[in-house]
Amino acid sequence: MSSSTPQYLARHWPAFAGVLVLLAAPLAITYWDQPFYLDVLMRLMILAIAASSLNLILGYGGMISLGHSVYIGIGAYAVGIPAYYDQYSGVLQLLLALGGAGIFALVTGLICLRTRGAYFIMITLAFAQMMYFTFVSIEEYGGDDGLVIYARSDFGGLFDVENSIRLYYLVAACLLLTLLLVHRIVNSHFGMVIRGAKSNEPRMRAVGFPTFRYRLACYVISGMLCGLAGWLMGNFTGFISPEMMDWTRSGELIAMVILGGSGTLLGPTIGAAVFIGMETVLAEVTVYWHLYLGLLLILVAKFGRGGLGGLWQRIRGVR
Amino acid sequence: MNAPLLEVSALSRSFGGIAAASELSLQVVHGEVHAIIGPNGAGKTTLVSLLAGELRPDSGSIRFCGETITAMPVHARAQRGLARTFQITSIFPEFSAVGNVAMAVQAHANHSFRFWRPVAADMALRQRALEVLQQVGLADAPDRNAGEMSHGEHRLLEMAMALATRPALLLLDEPAAGLGPEETTAMVAILRKLRQDKGILLVEHDMDVVFAIADRITVMVSGRAIATGSPQAIREDDNVRKAYLGEGLHESA
Amino acid sequence: MDSTLLVIQILNGLQLGVLLFLLAAGLTLVFGIMDFINLAHGSFYMVGAFFCATLTLWLDSFLLALLLTLPLTFVVGMVVELLVVRHLYQEDHLQQILATFGLILVADTLVHIIWGPEGLTFALPEILNGQVTVLPGILFPVYRILIISVGLLIAVGLYIVVTQTRVGMLIRAGASNRRMVEALGVDIRYLFTLVFGAGAVMAGLAGLMIAPITEASIGMGNEILIVAFVVIVIGGVGSIKGAFLGALLVGLIDTLGRSFLDDMLKLVLSNQAAETSAPAISAMLIYILMAAILYFRPQGLFPPKGR
Repeated sequence: MSSSTPQYLARHWPAFAGVLVLLAAPLAITYWDQPFYLDVLMRLMILAIAASSLNLILGYGGMISLGHSVYIGIGAYAVGIPAYYDQYSGVLQLLLALGGAGIFALVTGLICLRTRGAYFIMITLAFAQMMYFTFVSIEEYGGDDGLVIYARSDFGGLFDVENSIRLYYLVAACLLLTLLLVHRIVNSHFGMVIRGAKSNEPRMRAVGFPTFRYRLACYVISGMLCGLAGWLMGNFTGFISPEMMDWTRSGELIAMVILGGSGTLLGPTIGAAVFIGMETVLAEVTVYWHLYLGLLLILVAKFGRGGLGGLWQRIRGVR
Repeated sequence: MNAPLLEVSALSRSFGGIAAASELSLQVVHGEVHAIIGPNGAGKTTLVSLLAGELRPDSGSIRFCGETITAMPVHARAQRGLARTFQITSIFPEFSAVGNVAMAVQAHANHSFRFWRPVAADMALRQRALEVLQQVGLADAPDRNAGEMSHGEHRLLEMAMALATRPALLLLDEPAAGLGPEETTAMVAILRKLRQDKGILLVEHDMDVVFAIADRITVMVSGRAIATGSPQAIREDDNVRKAYLGEGLHESA
Repeated sequence: MDSTLLVIQILNGLQLGVLLFLLAAGLTLVFGIMDFINLAHGSFYMVGAFFCATLTLWLDSFLLALLLTLPLTFVVGMVVELLVVRHLYQEDHLQQILATFGLILVADTLVHIIWGPEGLTFALPEILNGQVTVLPGILFPVYRILIISVGLLIAVGLYIVVTQTRVGMLIRAGASNRRMVEALGVDIRYLFTLVFGAGAVMAGLAGLMIAPITEASIGMGNEILIVAFVVIVIGGVGSIKGAFLGALLVGLIDTLGRSFLDDMLKLVLSNQAAETSAPAISAMLIYILMAAILYFRPQGLFPPKGR
């Protein structure tokens, strides 16, 4: 905040370069007629939103949730279920996504946040799996097979996202908004409480913070942001199924956060880029690309403190 | 004597049949240093945990500033002006020294459901934190990473974090533990200054510290208070001599 | 409610319960002693199923295949411990999750490379294929009775090992106080490897026993693993007794809920409402149970002492 604008630009040039690339990408993609890469980038950005939301509780708050993909599912079903009843109102769907995710986070958070350590990990996992099996068992909404969404969210004449390039810019705007929000939150008074509770919760209580309600609020915000990602995902894929909230999807989100560097603003986005990059490039070469991803994760767990983002900072000599 | 700040009545807590606190009663008044001494395992730290709210008593009551706080959670007690330090240093190692203290200041400045403005722009917070660091003599390098400070500095930082909450009563759990002679002297000087406007309950092993500043001493053995009185009276108490078997007390007597 | 169906479903619930116990036992021991979260524990379940399926097809004998699979999964478990897991005990839970998630990807892909994307099925020997009368007029498959019996036998055996032997004493001590075990002069690393291998065998046994009923398939361990997590959270992480009772509780409630909840709901709801809501509610039952137990006992039903 205190540093001057040129300094700020110099320190954060990769971020600004990234934003420029994201904004210009559709032009290049249209010019060379490669719509496939538009989809790749959209998926990347949506996952970056989800991973950033997870980073808020995991990286900054020390709450290791292994059930975060449930909010992608909730957000996506908030598009799919109304669409099933021919309700395409974007405002309604968005409110359902954010509200549904928020309520689920609030109710499960009240129980999860009473526990610590490994219990917290397993309980978040179990609650997510509960939703997974619930949607599997609701045959009305396709059960295991999921639902096809025939039209995207409708914002009237205001903004038509049937056009994929417009949807792309909506996704990009949501990502930037998410990053701004996370940046402001973690540096605010509220953010201090969350980070302090990660660092030393007994001490936080001893100086007088009712940490539970702050952590709960953070948990709900994070869930809602991920619900936003789910809403975008539902619009993007045009198809939803319980598989979106399978716990291995949550594992992938954790992998993205740690790969990119947990507790850093851009880490999750970098992690999502690495993940999607590997998927896109390696999957061309071999159907067994998960093997290499798996080995990478094991190596990062052992040697890659701070993830790839941490490595980058070490290279640049910044602590 | 004015009305006690802290009034503990018949407090008991046992772990699997072993009484760590048994029918403990004691008081701390404003402006007083009340020291708790006793051999290892006497239940001193259990007493601090009970008072701070980390443990619930099996029976008995705790009144603080005229209000019963026996069932109150830790943070609510802290909000009411009951601050503590930890026997084993408990700080935020990833934060700067001033950041550690600012956290404690922030806990008592309104609520923290403030999501947008950066905390770094809150000058009042930093100002107040610097003042407290000054009080304990840590103001020369406020932006140093707390994790990299020495043990002696950690003890002072502990103290600063407790003070930053503007407490009416300080619970100090061995503030001088592991300090060298000079550091101990500095700590005693700080405690002397502090007693003027608050009550202090001091758990301490270092008898020099205890006899240098305590107004009243309670001796605990196996969860019980076997004697309470002025330092002079405690020195001369036969029960206390027996419990300690001459350890420590003679040197300072 | 049909009493024949009730008896059969109770037996089915027990069968699920013992399978869950076999998975949960290793998980809870590894967590209790090493403070290690192993997301890849379900991979041993899968590996056991695939080994046994292949060996049965080669040797044409389920029994022989079973006897060979058990030591094989033991070796696989110990190799995984030595190569990967051992290096992660010092790391925090987050790194452990990341690494064992990576292990799942590796295991699933390796199985894919070796056995292909399709599942493997194989038949039981004739002698296990029949039904037996469990109560007058009630028939139940022999093989499922066998699964329940094996599971119960292992539970009893494990209980005796943990409570009566020196190794068991170390395991119990390790679960509540690792330093103490180290202070006793035991090289705790051997104990870790051994326990990890034993956990893998039990998971492999569960997998190979279920494979003839369903099939050996990629990722088969990943879903049941979560239920095993629910079991150990309910039972209290680190407790064998908790894992056993939790597993039976979860197995019975899940099975009975799925078969009888709609009938029970019909007592209070309209038929249609009961039929539409019952599947969803029964899918949630065990998680609701877990939430309720944790709300009152955040450490589970039988938390190990001293933690």
